[in-house]
Amino acid sequence: MSRNEPSLAMIEQTAGKRAARAAARRRAKGAHRGFGPDRRPGPVGYVFLIAAVLISAYPLYFAFLLATSNAAEIAKHPVPSLIPRGELVDNITRVLNSGIDLWGAFFNSLIVSGVVSLSVVFFSTLAGYAFSKLRFRGREGLLTFVIATMAVPAQLGVVPLFIVMAKLGWTGELIAVIVPAMVSAFGVFWMTQYIRDALPYELIEAARVDGASMFRTFWSVALPAARPAASMLALFTFVGSWTNFFWPFIVLGAKNPTLPVALQLLQASYFKDYSLIMAGVVVATVPLLILFVLAGRQLVAGIMQGAVKG
Amino acid sequence: MSRRDRLGRLDFVLSPYLYIAPFFIVFAITGLYPLLYTAWVSFHKWHLIGGDQGFNGLDNYVTVLQQPNFWIALRNTFSIFLLSSVPQIMLAILIAYVLDTNLRAKTFWRMGVLLPYVVAPVAVSIIFSKLFADQSGMVNAILGHLGLGPIGWHSSAFWSHIAIANMVNFRWTGYNALIILAAMQAIPRELYEAATVDGAGRLRQFWSVTIPQLRSTIMFVVINSTIGGLQIFDEPRMFDTMGNGGADNQWLTLTMYLYQLGWGPQKSFGRASAVAWILFLIILLFASLSFLLTRRIASSGTEPARDTRRRRRGRARAINRTAAGHTTAGHTTEGALS
Repeated sequence: MSRNEPSLAMIEQTAGKRAARAAARRRAKGAHRGFGPDRRPGPVGYVFLIAAVLISAYPLYFAFLLATSNAAEIAKHPVPSLIPRGELVDNITRVLNSGIDLWGAFFNSLIVSGVVSLSVVFFSTLAGYAFSKLRFRGREGLLTFVIATMAVPAQLGVVPLFIVMAKLGWTGELIAVIVPAMVSAFGVFWMTQYIRDALPYELIEAARVDGASMFRTFWSVALPAARPAASMLALFTFVGSWTNFFWPFIVLGAKNPTLPVALQLLQASYFKDYSLIMAGVVVATVPLLILFVLAGRQLVAGIMQGAVKG
Repeated sequence: MSRRDRLGRLDFVLSPYLYIAPFFIVFAITGLYPLLYTAWVSFHKWHLIGGDQGFNGLDNYVTVLQQPNFWIALRNTFSIFLLSSVPQIMLAILIAYVLDTNLRAKTFWRMGVLLPYVVAPVAVSIIFSKLFADQSGMVNAILGHLGLGPIGWHSSAFWSHIAIANMVNFRWTGYNALIILAAMQAIPRELYEAATVDGAGRLRQFWSVTIPQLRSTIMFVVINSTIGGLQIFDEPRMFDTMGNGGADNQWLTLTMYLYQLGWGPQKSFGRASAVAWILFLIILLFASLSFLLTRRIASSGTEPARDTRRRRRGRARAINRTAAGHTTAGHTTEGALS
């Protein structure tokens, strides 16, 4: 029941007898039970959600099923049975020993995503703290500029970015993927919004009075206060970096791939052996699935929060 | 003034600029400069290895616009974009509407629909290109069991677009649903009460209260998917093992075409840059077009005046905050952060 459902008498007074009768009928039928979070879901709602979750999960399970099978089996049965077979370990061993260095790609992805997340969180918190709590000339204009850059599709600068990286001798090196991703306009915006509300001026003043330098104040007062938003930003950045393909594909190529690039190579070289390719998919996806199981709640909360601000 | 004081004063004045500097420096080098440099390169004959070979005006643009492949790629990009964005956003609203109830195990359902978001597009594409394989695919096998003929997912342009759009929808629908859900939960209950008093049924309330109230969020989602959708690369690139967009370019997109021009046999960075700029202009045009369009569609219902709406939203947030202590975990974080 909703907290403030209007009484029938009130409906009759404001909207007339017919509306009141209609409302009474709706209530009696139980069709109207509040709105939004107050509304009780019917069985149809649950069936719909179960279907949605199954559709979300099945393709991943399908990849897992193929990864536990073998090429002959897959060719014979396009619709795999729902019970996994026992060749997962074997397939993963094969994929790790194939010509494509999946282990190396795994560590590359780990390094890139780790460094990028740390760097984005640190620089975003630093800038967010300055934008929300420090007074300086041009603050509003600069913040508007940061937000405006979110609308520019960065992918379109790939040609000159590649030229720059080639001149620096960075093509094929992880640093070419890391440096352009080290800051994020979204991150700055996100942290500015959060710190604005989460950190009272009194705390900053107290630290200043105690004689802390500006950076010391940031490090011991602002950074701890920003932790919840910072961990969410780290999560988003990690997922985004781990799943990124276009730029690593162009600048790293086959020499020193990250996981998505290695998957592409795997698919191109072993296109007949889907048990091998899917084993690669499983290897590339499981770490993020584990992260999702551990921190999915925060990820969900982060998306919900970002939306209200966006 | 002592040395120490002077240092302190300098620290105070300079620190803010130092703190924001990393963003601006990195963005200038890896974001802004490339974008402007792209324009410069697009007016030059420029080879991947040979480098700058002189100014040639609009030649690259003229050449590109005369290539049939450019127009095929343009068509494919729009077709895939529309086939993914439109159903995706409608479905996301529907999922959000169902999620926006007093469900048991809220977090489980929310995480369930978000699951595909953590899977790399490349992995999604490999899985789906197997599901949608012409000869040995699961979808065609099921169609066969139902007594229907197989569909040429890789031979027909239209069906390849459907398959690729499915990959995009798989990854993004749940994500968008959660964004829309957040906005739905911020709609003040009084609006629904007023609508009930006016005798509006559930469907009517959905169209005349929920949708108009979601206006800015839907706009955000539409523009986001426009920017992303028009640049689509990963999914079509991985749809077959060759990565060239099909034997007849059935699913060649503009970003794939850009890649082919620059890093394919032509190695023409000039032409690739011309495509980048054309694509940039198209994205700008369509982002503003979808902005105007969504505003129209979403505002067709009755809508309270701007200032009252803002006040109401503020009030709703305050209610959320006070309720945070004794409602779900989801609400707690929202309350704490808003």
